[in-house]
Amino acid sequence: MLKSLKFRAVLILVFLFISIVYLVPNAVELEGAWKKYFPSDKIHLGLDLKGGMHLLLSLDTNRLMDNMLDRKFNQLKDGMIREGIRFVGLDKRADRIEVVIKAEQREKFYNLVGKELPDLKVIESKTEGDNLTLGLSYSEKEVLNLKDNAVHQALETIRNRVDQFGVSEPVIVQQGESNILVQLPGIKDPERALELIGKTAQLEFKLVDEENAAKAGTGVIPEGDEQLMMKSRNRDTSVTTTTPILVKKQTLLTGDMLTDARVRIGGEFHNEPYVALEFNSEGSRIFDRITGENVGKRIAIILDNTVYSAPVVRERISGGKASITGGFTSDEAKDLAIVLRAGALPAPVNVIQNITIGPTLGQDSIRKGVQAAILGGLLVIVFMIYYYRASGIVADIALFLNLIYLLGAFTALRATMTLPGIAGIILTIGMGVDTNVLIFERIREELRLGKTVRAAVDGGYSKAWVTIFDAHITTLITTFILFIFGTGPIKGFAVTLAIGIIINLFTAVFGSKTIFDWILARYKPRSLSI
Amino acid sequence: MKFREITKKTNIDFIGMRNKMFILSAVLVLTGLFGFVMVALGKANLSVDFTGGTELQLRFDQPTSIGALRSALTSGGIEDVQIQEVAGKNDFFLKTKLMNTGTEKEKVQDKISAIISRAMPGKGFQVLGSNMVGSSVGKTLKQHAIIAIALSLLGIIIYIAWRFNFVFGVAATIATFHDVLALLGIFFVLHREMNILFITALLTIAGYSLTDTVVVFDRIRENMAKMKSKTDFGKVINGSINEVLSRTLITSLTVLLVIAALLVLGGHVLLDFSFALFIGVMVGTYSSIFVASPLIYLWRTRS
Repeated sequence: MLKSLKFRAVLILVFLFISIVYLVPNAVELEGAWKKYFPSDKIHLGLDLKGGMHLLLSLDTNRLMDNMLDRKFNQLKDGMIREGIRFVGLDKRADRIEVVIKAEQREKFYNLVGKELPDLKVIESKTEGDNLTLGLSYSEKEVLNLKDNAVHQALETIRNRVDQFGVSEPVIVQQGESNILVQLPGIKDPERALELIGKTAQLEFKLVDEENAAKAGTGVIPEGDEQLMMKSRNRDTSVTTTTPILVKKQTLLTGDMLTDARVRIGGEFHNEPYVALEFNSEGSRIFDRITGENVGKRIAIILDNTVYSAPVVRERISGGKASITGGFTSDEAKDLAIVLRAGALPAPVNVIQNITIGPTLGQDSIRKGVQAAILGGLLVIVFMIYYYRASGIVADIALFLNLIYLLGAFTALRATMTLPGIAGIILTIGMGVDTNVLIFERIREELRLGKTVRAAVDGGYSKAWVTIFDAHITTLITTFILFIFGTGPIKGFAVTLAIGIIINLFTAVFGSKTIFDWILARYKPRSLSI
Repeated sequence: MKFREITKKTNIDFIGMRNKMFILSAVLVLTGLFGFVMVALGKANLSVDFTGGTELQLRFDQPTSIGALRSALTSGGIEDVQIQEVAGKNDFFLKTKLMNTGTEKEKVQDKISAIISRAMPGKGFQVLGSNMVGSSVGKTLKQHAIIAIALSLLGIIIYIAWRFNFVFGVAATIATFHDVLALLGIFFVLHREMNILFITALLTIAGYSLTDTVVVFDRIRENMAKMKSKTDFGKVINGSINEVLSRTLITSLTVLLVIAALLVLGGHVLLDFSFALFIGVMVGTYSSIFVASPLIYLWRTRS
């Protein structure tokens, strides 16, 4: 079947047609009914070629210290109760924990802090009668260390989120002490991207205070409670309402212990998307315990201080599975699952700058580069015709097919084009030229041996094919490995090169050979212009 | 039939020249290794992608082109600078390797301001912000790149060992390594800036060199099948290289033609990139003939 001229010609034209269909949106702005028949995707250009969304985020280090002190506060309190240290006063201030104890228990208290909270330092001490007032905080070095760790953790988390969101070739770097620069190419929905990146995603489970439920929204907050807003969406009208709700301050379980979060649809949730959670073994144990202890009560599922739902615990839940509902759209549920999987940011981030930025290579360089590439391409076309005469035209047609297929495949696969990708294309074109040169030189060798045109063309192609195959496969192996292990620019290079090599092999078999076969069958020439 | 030919039928003794060429190759490789060590020590001319530096945001009162800004900075001695424009405003982000150090009295911001006001008089501008930026090439990227390269080499050896034989695989790998190191060495000696694009150029050249080597090897394999005794192995290699010489030259020339266009017209940013490709294609072509082929000759005739 491969020998049939008609079959090969049809195959070439079908692929050409498909490529052109994919390329049309790049060339013209489609309107109305046409939109239905053509794919909507254009070639995605990377930050270096097109620019994109430029976000400067600043990690709220005050909140970070607050959170860290919060944890220490609870540890200290538990420790003092356990060790029998009486506290006259215990309070958390903005930058310190202030504790008032009896002076005679000083020794015991210092031991506790030294043993269990070694990163806390006494920064102030005051004696009034037999009361001793102590201010505890982190040492300056420790503060720097904590901030640094937090920024790194935030970078890693944001990188995970962006990866899972499916944006390729982003830039995510630390800037200054506590800022993070995020640049994303080709974002269609910047608000959604911002929401995804900037969400703290602190997931907490807390008990709803049922006894004082009536006090919610009155401004009176009972001891040990906090007031949060609960979001609920009316399924029919899609109107979101928020109502105040009182919950116990104590956190029962956090999102740190999640192993997975996935979007699910349906079941008891009226065919709405919801996020199914899975806890690790420790999380499962805790969840098992808290549901067992609180049957009949409501547990609030809180994300970044907003209550998403507060279901009644009907029975003890073992197996470490839970779900978050809240009338999500499917995009919202998908993004929520991503941020929960990627983990919480160590502290909230503030958006300092949100602008659209031009290409890193500079518009001027790109214009020059495009001009140079066009000129280079023309030189190759002219050279091939000069050197191989009429056969050079055949080679040029094959190269042209190569390029159209490559760009079509690029659009169809939604790959992101960057300068390294273009380097891959240059290499592919180089290999494409080489393919033709190899074949033509072989045909010439056969002709020199005195073979007929028909025999020389067939012999030339079949002998050159072995070489072409080995050379391409060797390079293809490296691109696969570069693709799997490479990141950023290396991956972009590998993708284009891999697509290019496969297409090259296709046109090497079907492209120019089909044209030659057609000419030979139709005109039966005695000599070949090569 | 008459053909247009770049070379008539040649009969050059490539294998006979091997010792002289090995000296050249050794010099290239050693320079490359030295360059590699310097890169690892952070003493080479690495770009802001690797080193981090300072980012400034500038706002001009009137529309200004990137080109004008770039030449203004170049005239003030700041060559390696990334310029990005902000859509819809006369704002620019500049990224340079310069950093505010404790000892330097002049801050980067002041230095750049001074250069721009000198080179573009009458254009009002202000510096909106100045920030330290970290390296955009993370540690993981470096580690992954090394794993990827090691595995690729292994993959090549295995494939070529299967299709040809083990010796060919090792020789092709050594030739590829030779080219990458040579390019690194040349860039280091010429003190050209090594940026992400340079890494891409290295990969491109590795791919080109490999293809070129396989083409030569393929002809050697074909002629070896016709070979009668082991003694004329050198002749077989010479003959094979001579037979594919016109193809080697035509392919290299065509590719160089494209790169030359990029080199001449591509502008400042692409200059180093196209320069690396230009040198690399030449080295890649050289190594198939003068590194890979003599290596299999030596291995074969020794054992």
